Parts: sequence; structure tokens; C-alpha cells
Amino acid sequence: MSTEKPKVAFYWCASCGGCEEAVIDLAEDILKVVEAVDIVFWPVALDFKKKDVEAMKDGSIAVSFINGAVRLSEQEEMVKLLRQKSGLVVAFGSCSHLGGIPGLGNFWNKETIFRRAYLTTPSTDNPDGTVPLEKTEVDGKELTLPRFYDTVYTLDQVIDVDYYLPGCAPPPDLIMNALQAILEGKLPPKGAVLSPNKSLCDDCKRNESKPEKLTIKEIKRPWEVELDPEKCFLAQGVICMGPATRTGCGERCIEANMPCRGCFGPTDQVIDQGAKFLSSLASILDTDDEKEIEKIVDTIVDPAGTFYRFSLPSSIFRRRRMEDIK
Amino acid sequence: MANEAFEPKLVGFLCNWCSYTGADLAGTARMTYAPNIRIIRVMCSGRVDPQFVLKAFIEGADGVLISGCHPGDCHYQEGNYNALRRHRLLSKMLEQFGIERERFRLEWVSAAEGVKFQQICDEFTEQIKKLGPLNLNGGKDEHREA
Amino acid sequence: MNNDKKIKLTINDKPIEVEEGITILQAAKMLDIDIPTLCYHPLLEPYAACRVCVVERKIGENSDLVTSCNTKVQEGMVIYTDSENATKARRLNVELLMAQAPAAEPVQQIAKELGIEKTRFEIEDPNEKCILCGLCVRTCEQIVGAEAISFIERGKNRTVSPPFGEPSEACIGCTACAYFCPTEAITVEDLYGRKVIHNELNLGPSTAILVPIRQAVPMVPVIDEEACIHFKTGECKICEKVCEKEAINYEMEDEEIEIEVGSIILASGFKPFDATRIPAYGYGRLNNVITGLEFERLNNASGPTDGKILLANGEEPKAVGIVHCVGSRDKNYNEYCSRVCCMYSLKFAHLIKEKTNAEIYDFYIDMRCFGKGYEEFYHRLLEEGTKFIRGCVSEVTDLALTEQEEGKLIIHVEDTLLGIVRRIPVDMVILATGLEPGLDQNEIAKIFNISCSQDTFFLERHPKLAPVSTFSDGIFLAGTCQSPKDIPDTVAQAGAAASEALALADKGTFELEPITAEIDEELCAGCQLCIGLCPFTAITYNKEKGISEINDALCKGCGTCVSACPSGASQQKHFRDSQIFAEIEGIFIE
Repeated sequence: MSTEKPKVAFYWCASCGGCEEAVIDLAEDILKVVEAVDIVFWPVALDFKKKDVEAMKDGSIAVSFINGAVRLSEQEEMVKLLRQKSGLVVAFGSCSHLGGIPGLGNFWNKETIFRRAYLTTPSTDNPDGTVPLEKTEVDGKELTLPRFYDTVYTLDQVIDVDYYLPGCAPPPDLIMNALQAILEGKLPPKGAVLSPNKSLCDDCKRNESKPEKLTIKEIKRPWEVELDPEKCFLAQGVICMGPATRTGCGERCIEANMPCRGCFGPTDQVIDQGAKFLSSLASILDTDDEKEIEKIVDTIVDPAGTFYRFSLPSSIFRRRRMEDIK
Repeated sequence: MANEAFEPKLVGFLCNWCSYTGADLAGTARMTYAPNIRIIRVMCSGRVDPQFVLKAFIEGADGVLISGCHPGDCHYQEGNYNALRRHRLLSKMLEQFGIERERFRLEWVSAAEGVKFQQICDEFTEQIKKLGPLNLNGGKDEHREA
Repeated sequence: MNNDKKIKLTINDKPIEVEEGITILQAAKMLDIDIPTLCYHPLLEPYAACRVCVVERKIGENSDLVTSCNTKVQEGMVIYTDSENATKARRLNVELLMAQAPAAEPVQQIAKELGIEKTRFEIEDPNEKCILCGLCVRTCEQIVGAEAISFIERGKNRTVSPPFGEPSEACIGCTACAYFCPTEAITVEDLYGRKVIHNELNLGPSTAILVPIRQAVPMVPVIDEEACIHFKTGECKICEKVCEKEAINYEMEDEEIEIEVGSIILASGFKPFDATRIPAYGYGRLNNVITGLEFERLNNASGPTDGKILLANGEEPKAVGIVHCVGSRDKNYNEYCSRVCCMYSLKFAHLIKEKTNAEIYDFYIDMRCFGKGYEEFYHRLLEEGTKFIRGCVSEVTDLALTEQEEGKLIIHVEDTLLGIVRRIPVDMVILATGLEPGLDQNEIAKIFNISCSQDTFFLERHPKLAPVSTFSDGIFLAGTCQSPKDIPDTVAQAGAAASEALALADKGTFELEPITAEIDEELCAGCQLCIGLCPFTAITYNKEKGISEINDALCKGCGTCVSACPSGASQQKHFRDSQIFAEIEGIFIE
């Protein structure tokens, strides 16, 4: 192992593990990676400890790829440590980039989530009503757990982030491009999202099927309609976040005849993906009549959850109003 | 939550042709109305991006008003209908964020309706006073930040 | 008919050479020989019903009597119009007509000329006016083409009537029969079944062929198709027959002409307040309650009374009341002041004073004599003896409480200066009706995309800084469509509007508002959501580049597409997202 090899760390926070899979999905290419870099920290795959990282010199890790959102004090502690030890930090995947699916927890708080998860789900068997506590006395010894925050954070809300690799999970080609760019030192300006700054429609094969004037009379959910595999989803009355979502994903969902759900987040010019998509969608509703409008709006079952599926913590509001949660 | 000393902060997005002129009329006619509203002029109520509304709330607004020309009177023919469509959908979504429908209003105020503008401002202020402050706290978590 | 052929004859020993085919009556007219007629009309086929035009025709030694209206001239004819035989026959015929229609004025006239005092024949109905000349029947048939009336019955029961004496569906209500009736046996009032109050003051079209307004440009008459008989029945065409210049053209039609212009001045004017909306003032119900505009017509030298100020009964009024602020400064109708009524009311008072000896009462709320020389005029009126009563008129009534009020219109008013309620009897009430926005004001506003103020008058861009401009570039306002104003103000505003319009035209170029939207080519994904949203079709999809593009000249800058652009590729100049976000942040800085 040459000492000149750049050091790389992988870390996961609030995530599903899919992003780790994405690294494995590099397939043979992972061998090139291993050849080119020295992986110094990867809890999911290699047995390095926190103290090993603490022992490293500040800035000695060339790049840390961190996936998952931050919702525990432990995660906050770890990402702050990695920030200190790393030259570059890349937010890897939707959750660290935008908050991702765990970010939907921001419609609730710790108390309600715990109540649901540990007490009220039908499958819960917890007669004592035990919920995780930060401190517990066991046999005269104090045990601690990390603090569970009321709010889920994106990585850049906790530490400084240099680049973002979007996607749930990021596609292998984007990961390889990013790695190559880092290794070759051909980096875009700091803060860049490592994917083209255009919306999905730019690459979508169905874009040409759009009618001259795209309007929606009725909104349907994907299971309510037999989807035409060639036609623009919006033109079929199905919500597709594609127009408000950054491209670069390779349209994997679209190819599978599923509308885009927005995991790549907005383009650079848009701050709030959900609000922006809401604006577009409302604009193309095909009626000027107040009652009709309200009727169509009624058919959109969960607008906040639909439009902010991946981006709630990175949105303008970040979360639901705390006072409203009981 | 009602607080005697609470002076709500309201943001009004007013279209240039009808509502802003209507507000101007209220001013030139020396009508007095609640000073709680802060006005942002846009060319058309159709220009109001829902992002602006969220931004206003997160920055500290306790209520947001969008005001445009009456239906059929839009200087740009149909911009106000877009405002209407967005308002209805956004209102529904704001409720999911715990923001009462009353805090986000859409009103038609023509260039001649200085009095109506005055009434809306007074009434809106009163209504928000009753609802109390919004306290979004910039979307932050006191629990963590503390 | 061979018009070249001439015929020689003598009438009353005067020789004349005339065209073949004309009648004795026409030939006599050329010689200025007057033959009395009743049933003759040059536009109708002669009918020889009244037989007043009877003349003597000598044929060698013999002679006979013929009706001159329908007997054609013949070579060598010798005619005597007032020979003994002819006169005797005419007198007999007139006496018969006198018995038939004793109330017919023209018959009496001819009888008087012939020295007949009384008819020898039995009079059946002393009020009968119809001489059965058939002019009405012929008019209805030959001119109007409606054939709605005809003679019915025979002998002494003969009369003119629509079929079965019922109102006829064929009748188009043109009243031409009344117009042609020589004896007023048929009158317009009969036909309409009501008395028309001050009908002559009606300012609407009075004839089917008319100059629309006295100041019309070009000053040519037009046919009112709604009123013209020809357009109802296809007949008549009298105007074509009488117009020597052959200027009548029934084929001309209204045209819609598209003209491309650089700027537009709206001067669509006002509508006078409808005085019937205040029933308490009795307009339309009480005789001699008229509006200001009707008074103008009454006072006009070319008006129905040649400019004399008369009551409906033709008498001069002894007292006139002028009620100010009718429909103005009144929360029930219009809150605004119509600005012109005070001054025109003063003018009326002055004119009535000049033309009559009437007492004049002006009922006012406030005298608004705001213009140059206006206050001085008011003082002149005060000196002339016009009685000014400050107070709102509550009612105009003809219900007299005292003998003095009998037959008068009583104005019920609170005299706020004396602090008492007064009843003032007058003969004529002039309602100083205010100005209201034109009937189609809102429609016009929509067409030109401009706004109206609360009172529905057009809204100027700025009351002080841009009083003739509107919110739509290139559209200017002049006159009462913007607000009530008098002639000097209107002229001034019109001048200003014209200069603004010319200034725009003179420049030859037009500055577009810079507040248009623009699409960043690098960022647009060509999702096309914006295209359908643009009401001005300023956005098109460039298939080659796979992006949407904005035509700067068509974009009006509403920004709807900007707020709808899901990828933020579209931005509005001067109203960028970043600028508005900064503004929002700015307004919360304490």
C-alpha cells in the first residue's frame, strides 16, 4: 500500500444503507477505486473505530463521503469529527443532501415518533411502555444513548459541505465521475451538486410527448391508472416531480414506468423544491373556477408529503411548526 | 395564545395594477389602517411564487396576504387565476405544516378599492392577533440548538 | 313612355306644351293654376276619391267634367278649372264631403274659399274627420308595402280599418298613415293610444333618415335601419324618388374596419343620470318636469318651440324651479359631484330670466362655481333676482294643499338657511341631472385592459402626475369618460391626450417595459409547462435546442411563467427571485 494514496472515508448517518449499496454497485469499478485510494474509515464494511479517526491528523483524509441525514447527537458528533479530519466532505445521497426519506420525520417530533414507534403501532409488544432514554441506571451503572433530535438535519445544516452527490441512491456513473474528478483534482466550485443543473425533462424521453399546452383536469395516483409507458406522466394526470427535479439520475424510475419523486432535489436556482413544484402544478390545473380548483386540490391527498418526499429538511420551512404537533 | 401586546407582522404581495394602486389610494386618501402589513410589490399576483410565501413566514411573518385584480380584470388577463390556483393548493399544504388557513389570505382588491384594502388590513391584523404569533423559529429545533 | 313627344293644350285659355303622360293637375301646376285637392299626393297613384279637383273639359261644342288628378293630357285639350260648370260640381262635392266629415279642417278651408257656409246634406257624425280619400290605404299599400289597412263596408258604412277591426300583425307601426292623412282623422297619438308628454323634447332619432348629431363629421345623413320602412317591408323608397342628386343607397352596410394605430384616445363620454330613478321628483309622470338636457332642447332656437320656453300646454311658465344635484352628491345614487350641473343650472336661470317673466327658484346643496368667471356669474344671477334656496328637494308633486297651489307643481324642500320646510308652487321643474359613466364603460375598460375607479369612470395612471394616461401604454383618456368635467376642462384634457398620443407617434419607436421575463438557455430543460400559461403567447418551444424561448416584444412582464418555472430557468427582470427574497428579508429587519 503506497503512502501516497489519498485517504478516503465513508460514513452513514440516518439512512437506509442503500447508499452503501450504491458504492458496492460500482461493481468491478470498485477495484479501481480501491487501487487508487486508501479507505481509512467505513463502519459498514471495515472495522475501524472512532478512536482511529480521532488519532488522524486534521485534514489528513482526502475526502469523506457521508450519507444519511443527521438526527442523533452521535451522528452530529461523528460528522463534526470527520469534517475536522477531512480535506473534502461530500454529502452522499438524498438524505445527507436534502434530508431524504428520514427527513419526513420533520412532520413530527421526538415525542410523537417515539410514541408511534415504541407504543402505538399494532405490532408493538411493549407492555411496560419502555422508550429509549438518554441515560439509564443499570446495576448501579449509567448507560447512555445518543440524543434523538426533534428535527432531522441535512448534512450541510450541521457541518460545512464541499460537494453533493444527489440521488436515492446516487447512480454509479455519478459516483465514478465524482471520484475521478476528485482524484484528478478537476473539481467544480465548492458547494456544487455533482449532477447537471437542469431538470429531468431535459433527459426524459417522454418530454416530446407533451401536448402543446399541458393542463391537468384531474389528478390521479399511479395505482389508479394504467400508465402509458410512452407518455409524459403529467399529461396523464399523474404527479411527476421531474420538471422540478435535477437530472442525472438516468431516469431509472421513468424507465420502470414510475413518475419521478424528486430524489435529486431542485436545480441550483430553486431553493424550495416542494413549493416550486406546487407552483408549477397549480398553474397547469385546467380551470379558473374557484369551486373546480378546490375540487382538484382535494384530490391531491398529501401535498406536503408528495412535494417534499426527499427534501423537507432542506426546504425553506425545514419542518412542521413545532407548536402544531401534539 | 392571544396576547394583548402582540403586534402581528403581516406581509402583503400586491399586484402593481390593482391592489398596489388600491393600497396607494388608501394612502393618498389618508385612510388609516393597521400598520402591521409590509407590502411587497409584484407586477402581477401571478408572479407570487409559493417560495416567497414560505420565505415570508419563516422570516417572521404571522400572516401573508396575496392581493390581485378581481377575476376577469387582470392586467395580464389571467395571472390572478394562477394566484388563485396556487393559493388553494398552498393553503392546503400549509395546514400540513401547522399553519392555519387564516394566516394565508388571497384577496381581490381593485385600484379603486382603497376602502376595501383598509378593511382587509384591519380585519387581517385583528384575526392574526387572535391566532397569536406563528413562532416558526426559523425551522430550528430548540432541543438541539440549546 | 316617349318623353320626347310634346302635347299642346290650353288651361283657362293659357296655352302650354307638356310631356305626354302627365295629368291635367300637373300641367295646371306648371301654369301656377291652383286646383284644390284633398286625396291627391304626388308620391301616390291618383285615386280621384274626393273629386274636389274636378275641372271642365271642352270637346268642340260639348264639354264634360273630369277629375284633373287622374286624367292625362291630350293633344288640343281645352280645360277650364274654374268655369261655372266646374265650380258648381266642385261645390257640390265639397258639400258632400262636409256632410261626410264635418270636423275635417281642410274641407272647411276649401269650403270657405268656395264661399260655402253650410252643407245642405244631413250630418251623421259631427265629429267625423275621415273623408274616405284613401290616402292612408294607398300609403300603406304603395309606400309602406304593409297593406295593413283597407276600406271596409260599402255606401255610408264605408270606413278605413285593419282586417276585422282588430290591430293587424301586418302593421309595422310606422305611422305613415297618420302622416299622410290630410284631415288628422288618423293621428300618431291615436295610434299609440296615449298622450305624449313633451314628446318633441325627445332627443332620439326623429326620422328614419337623419344626421346623427348636429356636429357629425362627415355632415351627411344616414338611414336608421331600425326605423326605415324600406328595411322593414322592402317598399317606400320615397327618399330615393325625391333625391335629385341620387345620393340614396340602400345597399350600403355597416362595416367593421380594422385600423392599426400607435395610440388610442378614449373619449367615450358619459350618460346622463336617468331622472326616473328618483320617483319622488315625478319625472316621466308629471307634465312639465323636464331634465336639463330637455331644457336645452326646448331652449334651442332650432328646437321644437323655436327657442321659446313653453309649458306642455303651450303657455309661458310663471314660475320655474331648478333642482340641483339630481343623482349627484347623493349616497343613494352617486356620491360624487357631477361638476357641471351648478353652472348649467345658473345658465338656465339666466336664460329663463332673459326670455320670460317667470320667477326662478334654484334649489342647491352648495353652489360650486369653481371655474374662471363662474363665481362672478353666480353673483350676477343673485343680482338678477333668481331665488336661491339651500336645501335638498324631497318631492315634486301636483297634489295641491291650497287654492294657490292648484294646477301647479309643488316643490317640497327644506330651506336649511331658514330652518323650515317649504312648499313652493311652480309651473315647470328642471332637474339638473348629473353625469354617469357610459353604459358600456366596463366593456370598454375590458377591451382596452384599463381600470375603472370606484364610480366606474376610467382610472387615470396617476391623479396628478399622469392624468391623461392609463395603465395600458399608448391608451389615453379625454373628457367625461375619466370623470365628470365641463367643456373647458374637457378641451384641456383632450389637448393633453392628443399631445401625449402625438408625442408617442412622433418618436416612431416605442420603449418596452424592461420588466420582461427571460429564460436561461443553460438552465431550461424544455419542460414546456410555461408555454400554456402565457396569455400573450410570448413563449414558444424551440425543438432543436429543446428549450422554451420568450419573445421580448410579446412579453408583457407579468411573471406568471417565472413563478411557475419548476427549475427556476425563467426569471423576471427587476423582479428576480433573488431580489424578492432579499426584499422579504429586508422588510423584517427591525
